Amino acid sequence: MNAMMIAASVCLIAGCLLTLVAAIGVARFPDMLARMHAATKPQVLGLMLLMAGLAFGLGSSQLTWKLVLVVVFQLLTAPVAAHMVGRAGYRTGKVRSDLLVRDELTEDLERARLRKES
Amino acid sequence: MSGRGRWDWLQRVPMAVWMTAVWVLLWGHLTVANVLTGVLVSVLLLWVFPMPRVGFEGRVSLIGVVLLTGRLLVDVVRASVSVAIRALRWRQTPHGAVIRVPLRSESDLFLTLTAELTTLVPGSFVVEAHRFTGTLYLHVLDVTRPGALERARHDVFEQERRVMYAFATDADIEAAGFEPRPWRLRSRGGRTRTRMTRERSSYERGKVLPRDGEDES
Amino acid sequence: MSPVVMAVCAALLTAAAVVTLYRVEKGPSMLDRVVALDVLVSTLIGCLALVSLWFGREDLVLVLMVLALVGFVGAVTLARFAASEPEEERRILTEAEAAAAEAAELEDEESMGEDSR
Repeated sequence: MNAMMIAASVCLIAGCLLTLVAAIGVARFPDMLARMHAATKPQVLGLMLLMAGLAFGLGSSQLTWKLVLVVVFQLLTAPVAAHMVGRAGYRTGKVRSDLLVRDELTEDLERARLRKES
Repeated sequence: MSGRGRWDWLQRVPMAVWMTAVWVLLWGHLTVANVLTGVLVSVLLLWVFPMPRVGFEGRVSLIGVVLLTGRLLVDVVRASVSVAIRALRWRQTPHGAVIRVPLRSESDLFLTLTAELTTLVPGSFVVEAHRFTGTLYLHVLDVTRPGALERARHDVFEQERRVMYAFATDADIEAAGFEPRPWRLRSRGGRTRTRMTRERSSYERGKVLPRDGEDES
Repeated sequence: MSPVVMAVCAALLTAAAVVTLYRVEKGPSMLDRVVALDVLVSTLIGCLALVSLWFGREDLVLVLMVLALVGFVGAVTLARFAASEPEEERRILTEAEAAAAEAAELEDEESMGEDSR
């Protein structure tokens, strides 16, 4: 039982720490797409750690299944939301092009536009 | 006609099973009444809101799925730590890039799965997916280190290879230009392969550049 | 569960929520706020996990489940209707500005009422 509690504590603290770091990243990064990278972190690993901590702490097998389901739902839905938001952000010009080392999507769109005109 | 209709319903069975399982898990008790109401609700839902069918022609490989999941977990942990370090390094601002990755497989399903898993790993996510050319455009958080662009591209290819090893037929893997599954090489010896019936030309779409700025949506 | 661990976790989550709120307020665009709100939802999930563990509230797991299921709907909806916003609409107005805007609106309405009469 004691080992379970230690495992739960470690998981919970690690999960909370990841959430804090993600919040710092969201507040600090200069443009929207970079902030999104920081934001996906607590949604994936942080949630896994928190749920693992909760499962260790509660220690009942029936709830463990529900917690696994929570993680599965999150893993299924988080990338969809991230992709939609990222795409909308790129299309409405929320990306700071001065911070991009290379932008092959704009290159391709430009090339396609030129070909259409000619 | 009726045979076709029955086939349609058979294809929805996995969805109904999954929805029933979720229903039972939400209630928390495995009882006959729960299972029955779960089946009822899922059949009702599938009848009222029919899902578009995603053609799945492949073979699921258990070893492939285990490798895919295991590697995904390792990647998620490693990438989370690296993004966290980047967030805490106060002096530097990250310089990202949007890169083009033409995938090798021709199937929408593998395109979707690869895009999903790539987005799931922190540090890279898919900004735009072009279906006709099978191209993903992804944003990578930090590419200031030399060779980072190539590494990001390589990672996506590896992800796609693992996805295909987990879910694709041998023929599809060959058509995409990946090596056959390493653990299948030994056992293939005397066995006849029955899964080669698909015509390759039927799903070959030309690799062309996007013709205009918008995609089909 | 030891109280020390609980306190540390609660402090970390509170700090995370405060830092995230800064980004929610600052913007500058709707999508930035959506991203920040997603992080806030994650923080909330963390808080729920702590409460559930500390008070032995096992029923809260259902709330966690629902949050994980519908948490992405808001982000997808806003992303679907995101458009380029004009510079002016990107920030929250100060009190004086809001009052001025409201007064201008009232005036508009009154003048329209006079027109129709």
